Amino acid sequence: MDLFSNLALGFATASTLYNIVFCLIGVLLGTLIGVLPGIGATATIAMLLPITFQIGDPVSSLIMLAGIYYGAQYGGSTTAILINMPGESSSAVTAIDGYQMARQGRAGVALATAAIGSFFAGTIATVLIALFAPPLTAIALEFGSAEYCSLMVVGLVMSVALAHGSVIKAIAMVILGLLLGLVGQDVISGAPRLNFGLNQLGDQLNFVAIAVGLFGIAEILRNLEDERGREVLMAKVTGLMPTREDFRRMAAPILRGTALGSALGILPGNGAVLAAFASYTIEKRLSDRPEEFGKGALAGVAGPESANNAGAQTSFIPMLTLGIPANPVMALMIGAMIIQGIVPGPNVAAERPDLFWGLIASMWIGNLLLIVLNLPLIGLWVKLLKVPYYVLFPTIMAFCSIGVYSVNANVWDLYVVAFFGLLGYLLLKLRCEPAPLLLGFVLGSLLEENLRRAMILSRGDPLTFVTRPISAGLLLLAVAVLVVVLLPSVRRKRDEVFVDED
Amino acid sequence: MNLEGIDRTNAICGAFFILAGLIFGYQSLEVDLGTWLRIGPGGLPLVLSGLLVLMGAIILFQATRIAGEPVGRIAWRGVLFILVAPLVFGFTVRGLGFVGAVFVAALIASFASYRMSWWMAILLSAALALFSMAVFSYGLGLPFERFGPWLR
Repeated sequence: MDLFSNLALGFATASTLYNIVFCLIGVLLGTLIGVLPGIGATATIAMLLPITFQIGDPVSSLIMLAGIYYGAQYGGSTTAILINMPGESSSAVTAIDGYQMARQGRAGVALATAAIGSFFAGTIATVLIALFAPPLTAIALEFGSAEYCSLMVVGLVMSVALAHGSVIKAIAMVILGLLLGLVGQDVISGAPRLNFGLNQLGDQLNFVAIAVGLFGIAEILRNLEDERGREVLMAKVTGLMPTREDFRRMAAPILRGTALGSALGILPGNGAVLAAFASYTIEKRLSDRPEEFGKGALAGVAGPESANNAGAQTSFIPMLTLGIPANPVMALMIGAMIIQGIVPGPNVAAERPDLFWGLIASMWIGNLLLIVLNLPLIGLWVKLLKVPYYVLFPTIMAFCSIGVYSVNANVWDLYVVAFFGLLGYLLLKLRCEPAPLLLGFVLGSLLEENLRRAMILSRGDPLTFVTRPISAGLLLLAVAVLVVVLLPSVRRKRDEVFVDED
Repeated sequence: MNLEGIDRTNAICGAFFILAGLIFGYQSLEVDLGTWLRIGPGGLPLVLSGLLVLMGAIILFQATRIAGEPVGRIAWRGVLFILVAPLVFGFTVRGLGFVGAVFVAALIASFASYRMSWWMAILLSAALALFSMAVFSYGLGLPFERFGPWLR
């Protein structure tokens, strides 16, 4: 069967000593930064992105980047459990019961449950990716420019639907992102445009600079608003090993969480977050002791953590097969691929099977490394929580500056970082989420290129988007999603789902 | 219209998107718009700018009808020092060289917090500069001049 030879190739690529080392470095660095309170997975990856470019080989650098992603997620759960400070929205649910468990002296069990759930979910999700990626790639290869355009519209609409807060604001953010993606040289005519006369900005705004500014720096500024000390739970983390009774009670939630997360993660937009929330709700409903939820229920950690990790993994599917990012992290991965000279899309599987399958296999290896390393290292991570914030952010700023500068050695990129840091903070204050903007930015030039090509192919007939069946179906889906999120009743429900997140 | 009933956050937000749309729209008019068959470099940006202005207008309109939460605290000190750090790194990296620029950028960023003392900031910045020199310059071999012409 193809699946096995493909996976064999993947594991052969990912398990070379060289790649394992980079996977390990990625996982460790990711956890290290992810554990630092208040810095989520996206910010972590944005900050560490430039470092991965120092590795010449695109496969190793993407493996390391993926490692940073799981590491950061794991780190985020750790802070959620130990100090009730979720690094990102998807671990916000873990904080509810995880922190309560920690207060009852069961921090070790909570951490172990999160790790075991994540590992199990990661294993299943890896198999799912290997199963579903090839057929999806085959379908995607049939896509013309018109279909691609419509598909990107679906992706953007989904990111609007799954952003929290005002729908109109999210749409505005997507549009702003698309416009920013078009700044610089026009791909087809070569004419410079939308650059305020600043040709120093180069062919395009630097993706790394924007990501660091919008996610990294804006987040630091938000943390500086309120400098009072955090209450750090410094009870010694002991008793990592869950009891037999614990295992019995976490099994079903982990299974359900994995299934839910795998399904929702594929959706464009941030499916992993939704999956974690949905899993929590389901576990609470199905539990024979619902009163325990919110007071340290094991299922309230096991389910959402598995869902979250499964979703995080399956969100690689649209990225790998279609070149469409499902969430800001995948947008960062696509940005990294482009910088490494790889055109994201269905051709990656055919042209670079080593990269495609190597990356998939490395996900499993990364998860394995996490569970093997992090449980023993938990003492170290707890110590890190004690590092005062005022020491952290000068360090982060120094490394961000070096990182951004190292990509192109262009001084202007640093000015772009400062500008987007300010813009990101302003938008945060105006309650606009940055994720849709980043997705728009990544897809901007891709969308335009395909739009223009589709128009030329159809001899200038814009109806081509609705007369081609697949394209029409996709657009219909986009319209349906948009109508649904704008309906008042759904809006209320959506607000409820996201209510605990901030 | 009475000013008290206006949601300030959303009013600023709407105005911001309208302004951004107008700036991008104006700039896209400077390049070729093209035709339906051959869409020029200005075509899509102009359409998107128009949509952005429209969204901004809707947000602005909603702001006059629904009152919302206030903007909240702004980290002025943070904005001042944190954002200046990468700028200064950019200004000095050619002159002072890589190590000097790291030191200056970290030093400036340190003062974003009220809790940082002078000696602590200098110590931290020096440590960061040394660490970066060891790891990035010698370790990873980034091709930047360690000490620039200003220091010679």
